[in-house]
Amino acid sequence: MDQFLKTIEDNATLTEKELAVMFNKEVGDIRAMIKKYEEDGVILGYKTIIDWDKTDREYVSAMIEVKITPQRDRGFDRIAEKIYNYPEVQSLYLMSSGGFDLCVLIEGRTMKEVAYFVAQKLAPIEDVVSTATHFVLRKYKDKGIIYGAEEPDERGYFI
Amino acid sequence: MSSIDYERILPRKIVDMPASGIRKFFDILDSMQDVVALTVGQPDFATPWHIREAGIESLEKGKTYYTSNAGTPELRREICNYLKRRFDLEYDPIHETVVTVGGSEAIDIAVRAVVEPGDEVIIPTPCFVCYEPIVRMAGGTPVIIETKNEDKFKLTPEALARAITPKTKMLVLPYPNNPTGAIMTAEELEGIAQVLRDTNIVVLSDEIYAELTYGRKHTSIASIPGMHERTILVSGFSKAYAMTGWRLGYLCAPAPLAVQMLKIHQYAIMCAPTTAQLAAIEALKNGDEDVRMMTEEYNRRRRFIHQGLRDIGIEAFEPEGAFYIYPEIGKFGLSSEEFCERLLYEHNCAIVPGVAFGDSGEGFARISYAYSIKHITEALERMDAFVKKLK
Repeated sequence: MDQFLKTIEDNATLTEKELAVMFNKEVGDIRAMIKKYEEDGVILGYKTIIDWDKTDREYVSAMIEVKITPQRDRGFDRIAEKIYNYPEVQSLYLMSSGGFDLCVLIEGRTMKEVAYFVAQKLAPIEDVVSTATHFVLRKYKDKGIIYGAEEPDERGYFI
Repeated sequence: MSSIDYERILPRKIVDMPASGIRKFFDILDSMQDVVALTVGQPDFATPWHIREAGIESLEKGKTYYTSNAGTPELRREICNYLKRRFDLEYDPIHETVVTVGGSEAIDIAVRAVVEPGDEVIIPTPCFVCYEPIVRMAGGTPVIIETKNEDKFKLTPEALARAITPKTKMLVLPYPNNPTGAIMTAEELEGIAQVLRDTNIVVLSDEIYAELTYGRKHTSIASIPGMHERTILVSGFSKAYAMTGWRLGYLCAPAPLAVQMLKIHQYAIMCAPTTAQLAAIEALKNGDEDVRMMTEEYNRRRRFIHQGLRDIGIEAFEPEGAFYIYPEIGKFGLSSEEFCERLLYEHNCAIVPGVAFGDSGEGFARISYAYSIKHITEALERMDAFVKKLK
């Protein structure tokens, strides 16, 4: 049920009761649906999207292109596992680009910390041929949400 | 020092026309800040991007000329294709279709083309605010039928038959309805058609909310046997495609009517905005999925707010169209204006007093759900706090 998943993807704070009303179902049905999705691994977790730039947290994020030589029999998966187990790694994708293989999205406190991670942890992994680090200067949109785009409701108020 | 006497030169029928039945309420609303409002009558979605892009592209290509008076032939063809595809209506794009500046202009020119002094125009209320003033400007006499909560605010054949006199020229049929969310089903329209078939009464069917129905598809009265020839269908892009600011609507009517309306349109307006027309072509060609997505979202909000109001002790019949719910608030012992003013003053929450939509709106309020669930939840909390005080 795409619409249901889309709705809770957009707003994870809706209660089971509210969802039941919105989708014309019993609360028990909604609870069972969510449980099933969780068990099947369709729903993986619930997070809050925070614009950290509006807080005093110091952080920097970067995208790292990683080129690797895949190992016989094990493909990319084993190297990926080594990389995604670092808590600094936010996202990891296998790419179809010819230039590189893995795309690592990473967050650190400072550029130095990110550089250290690349030099000390990522680059030395066996089979990593090269890396290219791109620092994020500004986040405009993430997970479908435009940052800082909260605009006043300017609609004519009655018509 | 000006010596012109405005009082003397201005026509009485214009001066006496109220700007709004509830000016005071809106003055208060204007003066307040941080109001959680559920007052607007337009979508909260922006026009889907591919439609905006078509408008932008038309500007980039310098398509900044007038179109033919009735609208571009391609747009009129697409409108007729759409009406056939969605509502099984047959209209000729060349002789029976006029693209207008919103549904509003279509209503205006329809009334002006048909109504003359002495004519009566039947208007079921509560309804959108423009019909009565437009009829009066044309010299006609509005004849009000107050629809009832117990009839789910539908026009009944009996009430219609009682209102008809030898002077009746036109029936305004505003369904799906703003402010009540009422709709008319095919069977109910057949009942209306039975009253009208042997008359010379023209139906002005305002179907601007045709796409926004929940649970059943909209039926146009023009698709009921014998009604096509006596119906002026008014619709537009504002509500279905979230294009209110583009100001684009249309009317379809039998050629003998359309040709007269086109003359008024030609002299008053020239043609609808070209950018909007070119964007609308994209809307009709590739916008079905957008309409479906937005309608499904409104439907979830509709259920949410209907239940939410019920949970705080405010009852409303479950609306089946548009994006309004029209609860009964008379039981709290305040007039609809008092209720809404106090809710606004004391809890910074705005909903529209029912009397804005005609005297029959006393005891009711219009609540729009063209807002996010989060916003609606906040408003419901404020209404809850207010009605708890009143109990």
